[in-house]
Parts: sequence; structure tokens; C-alpha cells
Amino acid sequence: MSCAAAPLMTPLAARLARVDKETHDTFTLTLERADGQPLAGFAPGQFSMLYVYGVGELPISISGDPNDPGRLVYTVRSVGRATHALVNRRPGEAVGVRGPFGRPWPLEAARGKDVLVVAGGIGLAPLRPVILEVLRRRDDFVRLIVLYGARSPKDLLFRKQLAGWARQPDTQVLTTVDYGGTSWRGHVGVVTTLFRQLRLHPAQTVAYVCGPEMMMRFVVRQLESRGVPGSEIFLSMERNMKCAVGSCGHCQLGPYFVCKDGPVFSYDRLRPWMERHEL
Amino acid sequence: MDTKSLYEVLREHPFLEGFKPPHIQKMAELAHEVQFTRDQVVFREGDECGMFYLILEGKVALEVSAPGRIMRITTLAAGDELGWSSLLMEDRKHFQARTLEPVRALAFDAARLRQTCEQDHGFGYLLMRALLRVVSGRLQDTRMQLLDLYAPRGVKLI
Repeated sequence: MSCAAAPLMTPLAARLARVDKETHDTFTLTLERADGQPLAGFAPGQFSMLYVYGVGELPISISGDPNDPGRLVYTVRSVGRATHALVNRRPGEAVGVRGPFGRPWPLEAARGKDVLVVAGGIGLAPLRPVILEVLRRRDDFVRLIVLYGARSPKDLLFRKQLAGWARQPDTQVLTTVDYGGTSWRGHVGVVTTLFRQLRLHPAQTVAYVCGPEMMMRFVVRQLESRGVPGSEIFLSMERNMKCAVGSCGHCQLGPYFVCKDGPVFSYDRLRPWMERHEL
Repeated sequence: MDTKSLYEVLREHPFLEGFKPPHIQKMAELAHEVQFTRDQVVFREGDECGMFYLILEGKVALEVSAPGRIMRITTLAAGDELGWSSLLMEDRKHFQARTLEPVRALAFDAARLRQTCEQDHGFGYLLMRALLRVVSGRLQDTRMQLLDLYAPRGVKLI
């Protein structure tokens, strides 16, 4: 994973190879280098700074397969000016890219244990590389459990892949939506309600959690109430990342810079800071 | 299912966590197994509150009707309970319960359960504590749902 070779502050010229529509507002973009050389590899949980020329730069988690070399895949929800401009780029158009940056999900912590992935909304995107890696190295882990919550059925990401993962041995995939109409025959309820359907082995479980911060707090409470220690719970934090190398201070969270010290932290490290106001 | 089998099934049900064997036995004596087919309405909004259920298999949706549409509030599955308001002597059901897939459950006559609580306050305390745990959990779930956590900033659901 050659972060050191990647440019730190100067965007590399890349171009969009593909744009795939996931939902009504979310798109998966595949980038390759403009000069045809392979892009730097990444570890699950890392992010890049994508530069939409003339509009702005934004941090986006990498959502692709870590073993698919040369290209980088990002899943982006169109929620603001820069993301809107990014998802409206067409294949062949230019995008600047810096990174990958940040500390990845510590997958080795789960070797020989159950992997519990809990995702909410677009939070499934940075966790997809974890799922793909666990499935690739299946013998290194025991059970793979994926809990995924979205706002409504039309907001569910990677639906075909979710169904495919559910068919894998020793893998349980449970999805839920906060609001479902009568045509939706799946589960309705917040993501924490899925815990009632699980039999967790707390001493044998490592949890990787990503979603809105409030959702992650509720999930952490569920996990701790079931005996999973904070040292075995990992969260991906989102803050206002600008430089991505820990020098501008925009993404400070207590003693940490999320871009450099994170975005993935164990809950043990975050506990004093997560519920503090105005941090 | 005989009382002995009912006892074994109830012993494993999360709702009865913390119940002592004599209390589980009391529940077993009051229980009978019921089955519902897919898309069957277990009770409707406005129905009298008569039965309390512990779900063993399958899924049940709680729904409420609004003009021109039905909204699904939550989904209950194995390990969940259905119809807790009947234990609080509420008159009418607030929601409709409809099965999403074939459901197997244990059914309890709510009046008999309440009567047992009155006769045996130790049992009644455990049952009400279990019920409070359910209601508290549902309240937290509802609060979280109301936060509409996945909505883009500035977007309102309704």
C-alpha cells in the first residue's frame, strides 16, 4: 500500500473510467490515471482527496476492491455543490486525486474471530472493501455479519452485492430501512433493531462501524451492552478534512486530526471525545 | 406442543430473560402455539386488545393507515413480542399487525396473564420488568427513527 509514493498536496491527473448509478442520489465512480499508469493501491478504510477542477476538493472514502490494482473506486452521494459536480462528470473527464490517506480498518485485529460490519446509509461504502477483503481471505476469519441500515428501500446501496454476500458460507447479511412502504417486504426499523436477530459471541467479535455519528453512538451502546469491549469496536469518523495530511487542523477532534490519526479509530480512543459538544 | 415443550421453548425466548423456572412454568401453562400464513392480519388498528404473542419464527410488520396509504412502522421477528399493549389493559390496538412471511408464535390470553400477575406479584414484577424493557427499547428505536439520521441536511421526510 504505497501511500508514501503518492503525491501529498499536488493532485494527480486522473480521469473517470466509469460512472455507475447506485441509487437516485448516489453514484460509484471509477478513476484511473490520465497517463495510463496504475494508481496507488489502498487499504480498506482509507480515503482520497478528489479535486473537481474549478469547483473544489473533497475527501471521499475508497469503496472498491483493494485487490483490484491500478484503479480506484469511490461511492459518492450528491449532497452539495462539489459532490453534485463530481457525480455529474462523464467518463473520460478529468478529476484530480490526492492520496490515499488515513489509517485503515485494522483487519488483523479480527483474525480468527467473527467480523461484524455495521453500516448506515453511505457508510457502507468505506466498509465494502472490508467485506471484500474478508471474503477473499475467508479462512482467516470465522463468521462475517453485515448489518446495514438505510433511510428507505430506494436508498439501499449495493443491493445485488448484498444479496450475493448473504449467500456466502458463514455469512449473515441483515438489512433494514427506517421507512418502508407496503411493497417492501424486508425489515423496517433502525439499524440497532437488527441486533435482536443476532447471537453475538462478544469475546470473539470485532466490530467495524460507519455511518452518521449519532447512529454510531447508538451502535456502540448496543455493542457494549452485549459485552463487546471498546478496544474491539472500530469507527470511521467524518470531520471537515481539507489538507488530509494533518497540517491545517480543520479536522481536529480533541487531540486527534481525523485525516492523519484516523479516519478509523478504536472506540477506546474516541470515548472521551465523541459525545462532547462542539468538538 | 405440550407444556414441557412449551417450557423449553419459553426458556430460550429473550423476553423471558431473568425469569426463574417456576415463572417460566406459569407462562408455559398459559401459552398455546399459533401459526399465521403469509400476509395474514393478526390484528387490526382499533381491535380489542386480547392477546399477547411471543414470536418464534417469521416476521410481522406493524402498520398504520394514513389517507391513501399504509405506512410500515417497524418489523418484528423471532425473539420479539407482539401486542404488549394488551398487558396494560389498553382498550384498542394502535397499529395493524400483518405477517410478512409464515409466522409461528406462542399466544397468551392477556386477561389471564394479568390475573396471574395480580395473584403472584413476584411473577407480575418480572413480567412488567420484561415489558418495560421492551417498551423502553421501542421508545429508543422510535427516537432514533425520528432523528432521520440518513437524510441529507435540510431534507425533511414528510
